[in-house]
Amino acid sequence: MSASASLPFLATARSSRRHALPGFNLSLGLTLAWLGLIVLVPLAALAIKPWEIGVGGVLAVLTDARVLAAFRLSFGAALLAALVSVPVGLLIAWTVTRYRFPGRRLLDALVDLPFALPTAVAGLALTALFAPNGWLGAPLAEWFGWRVAFTPAGVVVALVFVALPFLVRTVEPVLRDLPLDAEEAAATLGATRLQTIRRVVLPALLPAVITGFGLGFARAVGEYGSIIFIAGNMPMVSEIAPLLIVVKLEQFDYAGAAGIGLAMLLLSFVILLALNLWQRRLRRGRA
Amino acid sequence: MSATRPAVDDPALLRWAAVTATLLLALAIFVLPLAAVFAEALRRGWEPALAAIVEEDAQAAVRLTLLVALIAVPVNTIGGIAAAWAVAKFDFWGKRLLVTLIELPFSVSPVISGLVYVLLFGAQGYLGPWLQANDLQIIFALPGLVLATVFVTFPFVARTLIPLMQEQGREEEEAAATLGAGGWDIFRRVTLPNVKWALLSGVLLCNARAMGEFGAVSVVSGHIRGQTNTMPLHVEILYNEYMFVGAFAVASLLALLGLVTLFAKALLEVLAGRRIGARA
Repeated sequence: MSASASLPFLATARSSRRHALPGFNLSLGLTLAWLGLIVLVPLAALAIKPWEIGVGGVLAVLTDARVLAAFRLSFGAALLAALVSVPVGLLIAWTVTRYRFPGRRLLDALVDLPFALPTAVAGLALTALFAPNGWLGAPLAEWFGWRVAFTPAGVVVALVFVALPFLVRTVEPVLRDLPLDAEEAAATLGATRLQTIRRVVLPALLPAVITGFGLGFARAVGEYGSIIFIAGNMPMVSEIAPLLIVVKLEQFDYAGAAGIGLAMLLLSFVILLALNLWQRRLRRGRA
Repeated sequence: MSATRPAVDDPALLRWAAVTATLLLALAIFVLPLAAVFAEALRRGWEPALAAIVEEDAQAAVRLTLLVALIAVPVNTIGGIAAAWAVAKFDFWGKRLLVTLIELPFSVSPVISGLVYVLLFGAQGYLGPWLQANDLQIIFALPGLVLATVFVTFPFVARTLIPLMQEQGREEEEAAATLGAGGWDIFRRVTLPNVKWALLSGVLLCNARAMGEFGAVSVVSGHIRGQTNTMPLHVEILYNEYMFVGAFAVASLLALLGLVTLFAKALLEVLAGRRIGARA
């Protein structure tokens, strides 16, 4: 933030020279054209198209057993994956920010791998890894009798891979900036180290954890490329909602595809909004 | 840190356990999948892997992927710079809404990102009949691939630039304007040097996603071999035809792209002396 933005007596002076810099019309015009043509107009089409088959038609599409099963899997697996990412992400963020050990920088860079690796490659890699004869799939099957690839468990595994970096990357900066004084004070007052972590550190991290959870969930719920290889895509069992959109499009059922897409977007926005409100309440409670 | 603040020092056992657990997790989550891609590609040695890459359809896929990125990345770079300039250097009504809308494509499923263009330009889409009458093709052709790619990579440059340029304020630019510099000169001589590493990093991530995008382009591609298949789509076709070595060989190329991107991003952060743009 610039200093002048926070000084109220400059506000009037600034508004009179609000366009002191050139390029306002050009840059905002370009931005609006770019946003409108690429994002807003196409999304408007998504909002309008489903109603071609009427409210009843949309409801019929959405209450179809196969569609419901796909929604349950997509949203359930995404929530579960985001949830699993919380402890794993916290552990990685904690170790990377608090301890010095060989390979720390490399590990920190590797956390971004799921962002940088094309989703289809991630999907292929995880399938090879967890296939019944894969490096991890074989021991899991032999020791525990677990099958991961080509089951809903595979969907969750792929989504953890996708969601994890969001957790680590939102928690890391907060953890780094957390003043050690509070932890020291707790220790001085007789708290054990674990008590301090549970009562002082974790509550301070909670807003960041919610943000990371939300980002990871939002990404996971719409994920396609990293899932379709490992899921096996059996209708009613391991078929995700985005795949059903593809199926409907292949049948030229545009309205049905748009209905599923619109419902997915709305449902995930409701979940993100709820997370946002929770986080806002936490922040207000602490202030 | 550890020497001076004993009260917040974790017991050695806890520290050791945390580091070991983290390294094991990182090995399983990040290293093994990468290693599996290369191992599967080289399962029968170098020759079949190389053959799958130099083969004609694979080469066509590489060229198409490069072409799509070559169009999509500049579009989002120019849009991202314009958006960052408008948001960071001016006050106007609805600014926060604008920033939210710019980030919107990140919360839209890739499949939906492709779907919206089919709804507009597909055979039964809103503009489909008109396009057909004028003998224009967008879906199942290059323009559709480009549009879908622009959509999914839309926020990358904007979201790395906006927070940084907001933080840097307007004083330097305003001083330059007072001294009589024109808009283009101000941007090139004052703003650009301040944001160059972040801009490069945003472009890099945008490019990685553009070249690696799967879901969105899969919907609009039509999967015509040698014509509308990008590299990730080529990987899928090979895999579905049980040509595993070929699929993993082309996937290795894409994995290398990801690794180079990671390395370059880390390098840019060293050059910039700070973390850039946080999450993708």
